[in-house]
Amino acid sequence: MHIVDRRLNPRGKSLENRQRFLRRAKSAVQQAVKRSLQSRNIRDVLDGGEITLPIDGLTEPGFRRGEGGISDQILPGNRAFVEGDIIPRPPGRSGGRPKEAGEGDGEDGFRFVLTREEFLDVFLDDLELPDLAKRRLTETEEESPVRAGYSVSGSPSNIAVGRTTRMAMMRRIALRRPRIQEMEALRREIGECEDDEKRLALEAKLKALTEKSRRIPYIDPLDVRYRRFESEPKPVAKAVMFCLMDVSGSMSEHMKDLAKRFYLLLYLFLSQRYKKVEIVFIRHTDKAEEVDEETFFYGPATGGTLVSSALAAMRTIVAARFDPAEWNIYAAQASDGDNSYSDGTMTGQLLRHEILPLCQYFAYIEVGEEDSDSSVSRSPLWTLYEGIRAEQVPLSMRKVCRRNEIFPVFHDLFQKRDAQSKVAP
Amino acid sequence: MTTTSMSKQRLLFNGADWDFPTLQRVHDACEEIALGELGLDVYPNQIEVITSEQMLDAYSSTGMPLFYRHWSFGKHFAHHEAFYRRGMRDLAYEIVINSSPCISYLMEENSATMQTLVIAHAAFGHNHFFKNNYLFQLWTDADGILDYLNFAKSYIARCEERYGEVEVERTLDAAHALMSHGVHRHAGKTKVDLRDEERREQERRVHEEQVFNDLWRTVPTGKKRTAADVGLEKRRLALGLPQDNILYFLEKSAPLLQPWQREILRIVRHVAQYFHPQRQTKVMNEGTATYVHYRIMNRLHERGQISDGNFLEFLKSHANVVFQPNYDDRRFSGFNPYALGFAMMQDIERIVTAPTEEDRAWFPDIAGQGDAMSVLRDIWADYRDESFINQFLSPNLIRQLRLFHLYDDPEQEEGILVSAIHDERGYRRIRRQLSREYDIGWIDPGIDIVDVDLAGDRRLLLRHNVTNDWFLQEADTKLVLQHLANLWGYDVLLQEIDSSNEVVKEHTASPRRPIQ
Repeated sequence: MHIVDRRLNPRGKSLENRQRFLRRAKSAVQQAVKRSLQSRNIRDVLDGGEITLPIDGLTEPGFRRGEGGISDQILPGNRAFVEGDIIPRPPGRSGGRPKEAGEGDGEDGFRFVLTREEFLDVFLDDLELPDLAKRRLTETEEESPVRAGYSVSGSPSNIAVGRTTRMAMMRRIALRRPRIQEMEALRREIGECEDDEKRLALEAKLKALTEKSRRIPYIDPLDVRYRRFESEPKPVAKAVMFCLMDVSGSMSEHMKDLAKRFYLLLYLFLSQRYKKVEIVFIRHTDKAEEVDEETFFYGPATGGTLVSSALAAMRTIVAARFDPAEWNIYAAQASDGDNSYSDGTMTGQLLRHEILPLCQYFAYIEVGEEDSDSSVSRSPLWTLYEGIRAEQVPLSMRKVCRRNEIFPVFHDLFQKRDAQSKVAP
Repeated sequence: MTTTSMSKQRLLFNGADWDFPTLQRVHDACEEIALGELGLDVYPNQIEVITSEQMLDAYSSTGMPLFYRHWSFGKHFAHHEAFYRRGMRDLAYEIVINSSPCISYLMEENSATMQTLVIAHAAFGHNHFFKNNYLFQLWTDADGILDYLNFAKSYIARCEERYGEVEVERTLDAAHALMSHGVHRHAGKTKVDLRDEERREQERRVHEEQVFNDLWRTVPTGKKRTAADVGLEKRRLALGLPQDNILYFLEKSAPLLQPWQREILRIVRHVAQYFHPQRQTKVMNEGTATYVHYRIMNRLHERGQISDGNFLEFLKSHANVVFQPNYDDRRFSGFNPYALGFAMMQDIERIVTAPTEEDRAWFPDIAGQGDAMSVLRDIWADYRDESFINQFLSPNLIRQLRLFHLYDDPEQEEGILVSAIHDERGYRRIRRQLSREYDIGWIDPGIDIVDVDLAGDRRLLLRHNVTNDWFLQEADTKLVLQHLANLWGYDVLLQEIDSSNEVVKEHTASPRRPIQ
């Protein structure tokens, strides 16, 4: 007999087959990924996940018998029937033939798990993304002390008093050091005692206790504990990404989808650069509010349009939670370009003097309907921003109408800048 | 034997942990019982320890350790994996390959008891069955299969290099669609020798290269004879029609196929043929392996080589394996081949050793014969599921399983008829019917190639004999016929014929893009 340990054989023997399958199912997988993107959170996209594929085009046909026809079947476990009984057919079944095990597998499409890489591949493929990873930047890290329990040695300034007394008390209890109250009581008893003999006994006892308490000190060097610190690399690189979106009635589903994809890319991009990326969703009509992702993309809202409200909200949030000295601040604004006429000045002021100085980068994408022209825009917002952009500020703007335009635009917006530029390193 | 007294003093293992020496001890102890006491006859064993991921791999390439590449295996992998990850399905404990040496896969996650069970089950039970059952002896070549698969893998890889992945995939897809109709069902041909096959393929190629002479293209051909000259019968005879092995027919006669495509058809056909006996012996094969592991594990326990605790663990998984839910149980999904097979093996043992009057009447040949193992060994060698059940399903077991027969004719408005139950009148009918459910010839639609007009429009004519109004499933049939037409290169017509020889339904397909 032969025993072979195959566990260390190269893994992923099925990888090739799996890739062939994905290649073959490419369009179906892309559809599925697209569908799943619509129902997923931005953060979850990084995890890959389960995909449901329709089975069309992936069937392996064979000559099989169809439904109907006379069927005979032997079954186990008869309790009540006798020969000649007629059993009514269960409703909803044409032939009386119960489904064989496994027969139903995959009829409504089947689910399988895409790894993170596979998922991103498909996702980015759809966006025609060249290797994003090539432009990954090095990150600087800084060490900072973090509490890491207690140790028996350390510097006096780090003595943990609470822990030390606790240790001392444990030791005193364990070694039965006489308690002070106990000795007091004994002394009192001696003072009140009339009987000499008894007093002598008590004094002897007190002496023994006193000696014992001298032998077992109240605090022993053994008890001393010090707070211990470990230095932990701490990412200095933190980024916050503000997603600003106009959700007034003029924004269609298609436009929101474009915006979502843009935000997704931005998130992917930032999370490759920074250890920690926060996302803040701000939607606005004529007033702005911070919302969760669900509400951001799917919540119904309508009303007029005041872009300045969103910028003002962003300013407030930055002031409250994201110190610009510590955080790299990015903002991406998606809008169809409409703004109320009276808001123009206010928006321009806010953007120019308040927001842009805070930001590493401010990207404005104007989303349009699928059939519109993405090369031109004469929207009020576009015109306004165009004026600001002339002033050498970290502001970029593009118009996007079709899904496959997202990546080039993104790429364009985020291509590497030279060191002098005020834009992100 | 000295080892017997030695092993009596010592448990094979303790607790759940195992290591390679444990496996060796377990194998040797099982072997002692299997060969010495049960009289089994096995191929040399090879035991391979694998991870669960590798088990998934093995699953998706039909259990074979090496296989050519194809997307459908990737699909199966993805499918199994999704189920496994969600915890909806356990992995099988074992996979065993009908080859010499007989390869059994053990998963590293199994406990020592499970490894013992698997070794007893696969390395001795299945192994014995593979080596001794007549179907396997007739149709499979255990010595050659691994080499042949290796050859197939590299041959197909070479084809991909030379002719492109797409072309090869197209051919393989088509061949897979016809795979179930790519076996010789009737023993008439001599046993395949896969090594020989591989050698012959090389010779064919060398020969073609040697005799290649471009001049032959210019040789004038004689006057074409018309179809009438040849005559229907003669034509059929020349093509070996009617033919139910569609892949074989295409390989030999499809006019437009390239030599490498014929070779791919041959590979798929050989693989189908290799697995064909397994399809026909599910109940027997699992029954044998389960019976063998049950006997071996009990003996090991009797001999004190397995502790009571470990033996209980074994009994628990054994009970799971042979669990047969009733028809009205939510878990019911047809007969569990392990349960049915094991029950029948045990029943036969009972008939041989302690028969009742009824058994003597029903099984005069074996009742009370005394030596259960020798009777079982003969049965394991000479039967397949259909004949096995038809011969050995006893009234006793029919009562025990409370079997009954449902007859469902859609024409009958009132409902389904209970046409037989486990009583005197029902035994034979139930037995006959159950055995028919395991008859591949009965389950698979019978489709024959009946004619082809080689001199005329070259249309291929197939017939499906419809029994019990079971017509072919429309959508799938269309797809398969398309594949068939692509391989054949000309139109294809499939007629469905009822019992009175009337054509009831027709399917046609034209080659969409002839394979070249």
